[in-house]
Amino acid sequence: MTAAAAVHDVTMWFRGHTALDSVSTAFEADAITGLLGRNGAGKTTLMQLLTGHRLPTRGRVEVFGATPYEDDAVLARVCFVKEGQRYPDQFRVRDALGAAATVFPGWDADLAADLVRDFDLPLRRPVKKLSRGMVSAVGIVIGLASRAPLTLFDEPYLGLDAVARRLFYDRLLADYAAHPRTVIVSTHLIEEVGDLLERVVLLDTGRVALDADAESLRTSAVTVTGPTAEVQAFARRHELLHLESLGGHSRAVVRSRADDVPAGLAVEPTSLQQLVVALSLRGHTVPAPAAAPDDLEEVPR
Amino acid sequence: MIEDGGPIFRQVAALVENAIVDGSLAEESQAPSSNELAAFHRINPATAAKGLNQLVADGVLYKRRGVGMFVAPGAREQLLKRRRSEFADQYVRPLMAEARKLGISGRELAAMIDRWEEAR
Repeated sequence: MTAAAAVHDVTMWFRGHTALDSVSTAFEADAITGLLGRNGAGKTTLMQLLTGHRLPTRGRVEVFGATPYEDDAVLARVCFVKEGQRYPDQFRVRDALGAAATVFPGWDADLAADLVRDFDLPLRRPVKKLSRGMVSAVGIVIGLASRAPLTLFDEPYLGLDAVARRLFYDRLLADYAAHPRTVIVSTHLIEEVGDLLERVVLLDTGRVALDADAESLRTSAVTVTGPTAEVQAFARRHELLHLESLGGHSRAVVRSRADDVPAGLAVEPTSLQQLVVALSLRGHTVPAPAAAPDDLEEVPR
Repeated sequence: MIEDGGPIFRQVAALVENAIVDGSLAEESQAPSSNELAAFHRINPATAAKGLNQLVADGVLYKRRGVGMFVAPGAREQLLKRRRSEFADQYVRPLMAEARKLGISGRELAAMIDRWEEAR
């Protein structure tokens, strides 16, 4: 794999809090990578390091072979669409786009105009008067039209309705297909975005929990259901990620191929989202809900 | 159309194969490009390309340099042959398993299929 960007053993401390803990990972050039993880897992911090917005407490950050921090040559090739991006107070939509056009050498004004039409953006309206979703759309227009060799979207869809999100995915795929570049998207909407991804990096409390090909992850785990003893016997032979039980029955997410599952167990594929949830919950026990009143025996008066 | 589980590239390959088997994608006609498949199914273009390359490796599609991928002559016959050989495993086995669970004999099953055919 050729990496466009990488972090080597990076640790990031904030006051009394470790946001990233010895993280090493690389982002494949010209691939779309999903950066996944729960809130506070370190996704935004990692993106800030990759885009030179911060220096790591320890470790090395590398983007296109150089350190991004205060390196204008590198940063001209990087576009970071931040969650809740702020713009100067007096900026209208057209000013925000105009500023981006001067910053990014690869800016495509025609694409920007198309996207503005797609998202129904009012060019003359001040950005601070826009709805949340429209501000997100401005970020998406800038991210796509920048054609930056490394483009990062940090939860780019906040406030966007389902139609606008679909537009974003379709436009991203179409433009990426025509102009391949390195794209990193952090998202919680794994179900929606999963199929667009070529690679997946999952962060869990500041560490890399998963760093793999999206396609191989789709077949890396199964969900099996059946009698608890049989489920547990099967899980013991593989890596158990998550287990829930009800009565004598259990459901387990297990790292295994579907063809290894014994005949007595019902097997379902595990989606990327289910796998991510199972990995993020590993070690947590899910408390069984209290029995509903109608399950209780009636007490004789 | 793209489902959870199972590699997506295989599902993409199967969808193109289906079009060849049912005749909607004729032999010697141009197959959809990886970018078209990616856009239509909303999947990563690299994944779509992997599906197409699988079909090239299987001899179902062939590449014309600079033009695209085309359905190989004899592809439909080849796919029919393969699918027929997989039919018993994919369809008859689960049918028999369910029939056995319900106490339906092989003979009863055969009679059922005959009746079903006649009713159509």
